[in-house]
Amino acid sequence: MSTKDLSYVRRDMIAPEPPPISTKTIGGWLRTNLLATPKDVVLTILALALLALALPGIINWLFVQASWFGADRSVCATVVQGGIRPDGWKGACWAFVGDRFQQFMFGRYPLEERWRVILVGIMLIVLLVPLLMPKLPYKALNAVLLFLVYPVVSFFLLHGNVLGLDRVETPLWGGMMVTLILSFVGIAVSFPVGILLALGRRSPMPVLRTFCILFIEIIRGVPLVMVLFMANVMLPLFLPTGWSIDNFLRAVVGVSLFASAYMAEVIRGGLQAIPKGQGEGADSLGLSYWQKTRLIILPQAIKLVIPGIVNTFIGLFKDTSLVAIIGMFDLLNIIRLNFTDTTWITPMTPLTGLVFAGLIYWIFCFSMSRYSAFMERHLDTGHKR
Amino acid sequence: MTDHAINAPATKQASASLIYDPKVRSIFYQVLTVVIILVAGLWIAHNVSSNLARSNTATGFGFLAGRSGFDIGQSLISYTSDSTYGRAIVVGFLNTLMVAVTGIFTATIVGFIIGIGRLSKNWLIAKLCTVYVEIFRNIPPLLVIFFWYSGVLAVLPQPRDAINLPFSTFLSNRGLTFPATIWGAGAWMLPIAIIVAIVIAVVFRKWSMTRQMATGQQLPNGWISAAIIIGVPLLFFFAIGAPLTFDFPVEGRFNLSGGANIRPEFVALYLALSLYTAAFIAEIIRAGIRGVGKGQTEAAAALGVQPSKITRLVVVPQAFRIIIPPLTSQYLNLTKNSSLGVAIGFPELFSTGSTSLNQTGQAIEMITIMLTIYLSISIATSLFMNWFNAKMALVER
Repeated sequence: MSTKDLSYVRRDMIAPEPPPISTKTIGGWLRTNLLATPKDVVLTILALALLALALPGIINWLFVQASWFGADRSVCATVVQGGIRPDGWKGACWAFVGDRFQQFMFGRYPLEERWRVILVGIMLIVLLVPLLMPKLPYKALNAVLLFLVYPVVSFFLLHGNVLGLDRVETPLWGGMMVTLILSFVGIAVSFPVGILLALGRRSPMPVLRTFCILFIEIIRGVPLVMVLFMANVMLPLFLPTGWSIDNFLRAVVGVSLFASAYMAEVIRGGLQAIPKGQGEGADSLGLSYWQKTRLIILPQAIKLVIPGIVNTFIGLFKDTSLVAIIGMFDLLNIIRLNFTDTTWITPMTPLTGLVFAGLIYWIFCFSMSRYSAFMERHLDTGHKR
Repeated sequence: MTDHAINAPATKQASASLIYDPKVRSIFYQVLTVVIILVAGLWIAHNVSSNLARSNTATGFGFLAGRSGFDIGQSLISYTSDSTYGRAIVVGFLNTLMVAVTGIFTATIVGFIIGIGRLSKNWLIAKLCTVYVEIFRNIPPLLVIFFWYSGVLAVLPQPRDAINLPFSTFLSNRGLTFPATIWGAGAWMLPIAIIVAIVIAVVFRKWSMTRQMATGQQLPNGWISAAIIIGVPLLFFFAIGAPLTFDFPVEGRFNLSGGANIRPEFVALYLALSLYTAAFIAEIIRAGIRGVGKGQTEAAAALGVQPSKITRLVVVPQAFRIIIPPLTSQYLNLTKNSSLGVAIGFPELFSTGSTSLNQTGQAIEMITIMLTIYLSISIATSLFMNWFNAKMALVER
């Protein structure tokens, strides 16, 4: 009888596996992130080729070839075009931006009165920055100062005609200042109005609800250009003969109405996400409707939709550029106005101006979205799944 | 809502607590709202009528039949300055639709590519796509339009030095000039051939599915359908003798002659809206795909489904449920943003409408017309969205 090996497990050890490829070293990182599969290799090569094609040109245009200083168009035009640059020169005309920077910021606001705009800007920073830092105290007082006192003070400072300040008519306002004023008023108005509209849309009273739905859906159904145009054309018709309404105010009304409708929908999303038990709990404690809304519902609802609210603010900030269509000179439009200025008319001026405008809009919008991400993390109490 | 009447002894306090009765309060508030709206409405109506009377403006839509007297650079239907205001508005509406349809098509494709690229495991591709999205999401669409119009297209060479692209296509500061198609006799049957091909493809698909259910064998459905849809009209086209000739643009001394031309206004608006909206669509796609639970992919893999089929049969159908509603609202946004064409003189609905308004002074009528058209577009879109949501909603117990 032969002894047959009946064991069903192996007796000898298998050779150890080689260690996994390290992802910590540079080579390992490249292997996992850029060269994992043949498809990835091809994609990486394509992307590198694209970068190699585009980046040198862009960097050249933006920095290397750019004209940084100069007083008129000659520094940004080739010899043929009447300038000093060699033929075929292509570069950004930053000298143009430097020369017109004041105008881009203040529009045609009188030179000797510009300290007023700067003062208003400083006040905005002083009031806004502490409000944005969650750790600092006195939030209620800060908010009242920023949203109730500050607009009034700023209006009298900018418009003048009181306390010996010269009157500066709104057609002289322009540039970054107009963009910021429109956005600030839009944000300050659309938030409370949006909350009221959202509450109205969820109200059990049919008349109120219908009115809110109609308002929200009509405004959301048409382009902002159309709303601004309506504000521009219809408001004077709606007022009694002889009343006139300032152009700037018309734009403010249009932008605020538009933002309110969008804000209402965002907040309604938050209201719908709050479990019914929260409202019923508040009712059973005997809270009134407004107490319930203010203390129980809204704090939870708004926290849920912070990203949506900030997105609406970002949209509003970008949309202020459309006031150009009703003839106002905000940042974008005043830059565009300068394209035809004979002092600076060159083939490179429009692109430079637009890149500059894009940079400013981008910085504002990007910081807003970063701040919203920060707030989301800060307010996250771990209830979210 | 606390129902006071239940607890309160009804006989005694009925009159005293009337103002605390939620029902009475609710009616009071609503009546108050109606009265306020009515008074405001009447006041506005009174002001409007007195303002109109003062400026001697006739009301009514009769002006639509009058001669418009302004030219429109680009129109899909025949239009001259002798045409009516009504026709000018139709031209504008068609131009809006044209930008919207082409823009939506391009934005969807670019958005899909960028959105999937952001999810790529390839670090470089993911970062490039992120940069694209972050750039376009944070600048105004109007700026993108101006970028193409004044920054890029306006600095292109004059028509006589036009950039020569393949297929006799020329790019100059007058826009894109390309060979015009001239259809010969029998060409009207081509669309019918295409429809027939689509019907055949649908029937084939049904048959193939039944076959798969019965035998378990799969056919390369996608390839065969594509072959039918492209092949049948193509065969038909050659069968009737290829009734298509081209009118090639020719470089003259000062200008390009012949061919068809797309004006720079359209190119700028189309490119800007497509690229701008693509950034938002990319984010929607990314969120949709990320929104499909990891368990779904893992379960499919555990069942032995091939990786390429996991994406197509498990992830994409579920992602679509998340993607479609916000995608539709982006399409609507693009359509509404096409009104920005007015800033560069592209004759879309808002542009021709406001020109007509400025010429006739018929503010209320013109705004009513434009409002109605824009609202119909958005109502049609939201009806579609509701229908789609109802169709795609998870069937639960």
